[in-house]
Amino acid sequence: MLALEHAEKSFGAVHALEDGDIALFAGEVHGLVGENGAGKSTLVKILAGVHRPDAGRLVLDGEEAIFDNAKQSQAAGIAIIFQEPTLFPDLSVAENIFVGMQPLKRFRRIDGRRMRREAAAVFEQLGVRLDPDRLARGLSIADQQLVEIAKALTTNARVIVMDEPTAALATTEVERLFSIVETLRARGNSVLFVSHRLGEIFAICQRVTVMRDGRHVLTKPIDELTIQSVIRAMVGRDMDALFPKVPAESGRVVLKVDRLTREGVFTDVSFEVRSGEIVALAGLVGAGRTEVARAIFGIDRWDAGSVQIDGKSLPPGSPTRAMAAGIGLVPEDRRQQGLVMDFSIERNIVLASLDSVRRAGLIPRGAERRFAKDWAVRLQLKYGKLTNPVWMLSGGNQQKAVLAKWLARRPTLLIVDEPTRGIDVGTKAEVHRLLSELAARGVAVLMISSELPEVLGMADRVVVLFEGRVMREFAQAEADEDAIMRAATGTVEEAA
Amino acid sequence: MTTLAEEQKVAQPRASSHHVAELLFRFRELGIVLALVIVVGATTIDNHLFLSATSVQQLLSGAAIVALLAIGETIVVVTRNVDLSIGSVLGISAYAVGVLYRDHPHVPLLVVFLLALGIGAACGVVNGLIVTVARVPSLVVTLGTLYIIRGIDGAWAGGNQVNASMLPESFNKIGYGTVAGIPYLGIIAIVAVAIATYAMRTFRTARDFYAIGSDPAAARLAGIPVGPRVFLAFVLSGGIAGVAGAIWLSYFGSVDAIAGVGYEFQVIAAVVVGGVAIFGGSGTVLGAALGALLLNTINSALVVVNVSSFWSQAVAGALLVAAIAFDRLIALRVAPVLRTRRRARG
Repeated sequence: MLALEHAEKSFGAVHALEDGDIALFAGEVHGLVGENGAGKSTLVKILAGVHRPDAGRLVLDGEEAIFDNAKQSQAAGIAIIFQEPTLFPDLSVAENIFVGMQPLKRFRRIDGRRMRREAAAVFEQLGVRLDPDRLARGLSIADQQLVEIAKALTTNARVIVMDEPTAALATTEVERLFSIVETLRARGNSVLFVSHRLGEIFAICQRVTVMRDGRHVLTKPIDELTIQSVIRAMVGRDMDALFPKVPAESGRVVLKVDRLTREGVFTDVSFEVRSGEIVALAGLVGAGRTEVARAIFGIDRWDAGSVQIDGKSLPPGSPTRAMAAGIGLVPEDRRQQGLVMDFSIERNIVLASLDSVRRAGLIPRGAERRFAKDWAVRLQLKYGKLTNPVWMLSGGNQQKAVLAKWLARRPTLLIVDEPTRGIDVGTKAEVHRLLSELAARGVAVLMISSELPEVLGMADRVVVLFEGRVMREFAQAEADEDAIMRAATGTVEEAA
Repeated sequence: MTTLAEEQKVAQPRASSHHVAELLFRFRELGIVLALVIVVGATTIDNHLFLSATSVQQLLSGAAIVALLAIGETIVVVTRNVDLSIGSVLGISAYAVGVLYRDHPHVPLLVVFLLALGIGAACGVVNGLIVTVARVPSLVVTLGTLYIIRGIDGAWAGGNQVNASMLPESFNKIGYGTVAGIPYLGIIAIVAVAIATYAMRTFRTARDFYAIGSDPAAARLAGIPVGPRVFLAFVLSGGIAGVAGAIWLSYFGSVDAIAGVGYEFQVIAAVVVGGVAIFGGSGTVLGAALGALLLNTINSALVVVNVSSFWSQAVAGALLVAAIAFDRLIALRVAPVLRTRRRARG
């Protein structure tokens, strides 16, 4: 019905998709799985008409199709239900369903009564109760998805793509979604179901496509596959020796997280990080890793549990206190949260250490310069002038600048969130070397990473989160890709 | 599954407060009418002449021009933009109409209004193009055109003035005439507001305005032509301001280079007090027009009860802040459930 053949897509220097390949048939639910960054979302966005592939072709009913925008994709009968539903909070449910294609009566006026009637009819068909007149604001994610599905049905979409539809749903809501997917399939629609949860894939899909590193790995009917074989296909790559962790004596417990809970986000998360140790927090996107880190650093409050640094409890919700206790956080998104992009390199480096540079409330330029230069040299930062704005640096060097900013405070605990995302291989190795040296000097490092080889190469211990809970904890010796992936997809029994 | 049970427990009381919030959101106009009744009632008790025919006529006429401008401003604000240039557009259009009459006293009324409409729409085209093509925030663009247009107006008019004696009687009559005791201006405003309210509720293009203001990214994904719609909103706002310029001249009778200075803030105040969300997506033309009437009535009422006009500014300002705070309050009441769910991912 709809096929994408050998699609490629790059964003700048990053190849998001190198060989995207998928074929969808009527009356079939097709699963699409892969690790974070495998190119699933890019593929979905190409089908949606949001991105245009750089190469390859899209074939619809045997003819080549080109989508320049979302409207053309919709017109071709493709409906996408994004992970974050894209409803208009200020419009009513019925208006959301019919946005841009409201039924009209004479003089091109919107036929409000018919709109409501048809919306109600679609909900009836789906077997759900939802008031077409209520505003979309405040609807639960599950209900928002229903509105999106209703929208797909009213446009007579033949291909319905669901990108991680269950990520934010409770169990009963998932069951309701499954029965709706089944209804769609029985009606002869084609459904592409993107999910991290392999159990779900095996429950409702007839065929599965696995992607890895932007490439198509395999497509097979579900009964020829097992969860084991799918996981192997997802991770199956060679370990490279890029990640040298110098073994370090692990000392006293620096960070102790005890039954930390933030309602609806993560629950009962407990682990420790010792000095000289690198502990990786692994899990899939949405498992709550970043949220745990944010809570430890005090950006978000927690509802229950405790965080201790060197045996002293931290108050919830205070980054100032967290910093005073010696925590540094290198955030996931360095452009938004790690650096002030328009500030110079030196100012960024000094930013978190102003207290040690300040003299009588003023910041002497010379001292600032010496301070920044010292750290730039230590981290082998490649820069033109220290006074250049930091956005002029390459991604890898920006990351080093963020590291410099925090290392300059001489933290006892450094939290790094996706430290090597989007930076080139050479710098990546340097960042790894840095982290490893830090640990050797007795700093406790908590590393969040979606790259399994990085996790396996760097971490002394691996804590795997699944849906906001600690699924398992591995020592370095027992960790391997399969085991971590199984835990991250929730396919093992819960750890005791 | 304790989490699920807990979630439902928490969600229950919130659901009912949603209903109240939604009701208030949908019928904001009722609140304004209520405020209007209170102001008029209280003032009339103090001075019964406040509800006399001439006084009411003045109230209507006085609010009419702001109400007209508020129609265009509402359309723009609903798309999550703002048009600050309307006061200047009104000024230059009023002066152009005055000059046209001065030089060609017998020009038909239709031509006059077409000229006013054309000048306004042209200004709107400029605003709309810069906002949609160059992607400059509308706040900056229209702040710029506010001064540019005023500057052109000033250079053109110099110290000259066109006064009522140069204008034909048929034109002046628009400003002061009445039908069955209702001033023409009031009728014009009421009809315009009625048409605009109906149109904003009934046409797809109008619904697109709301969708764009509600979530621009989602609007793009839904295939709504965001650029052209925003452009149209500015052209409409400019065009309405142009026509309002002609009407302004008929009401005040004379025009110079500073006609309409500061109108934009009165209008935006009216729009916000009228329940149009300043960040777009919701609000009605009717509400904005009632907001204009309310602010104007409060102004007059304070004069009647002998409060200095400086205080009336303070009251208008306080109302504005109260209206915005009210919006935030409602948004905060409705948002929590949604927000906790959102945080659960990514």
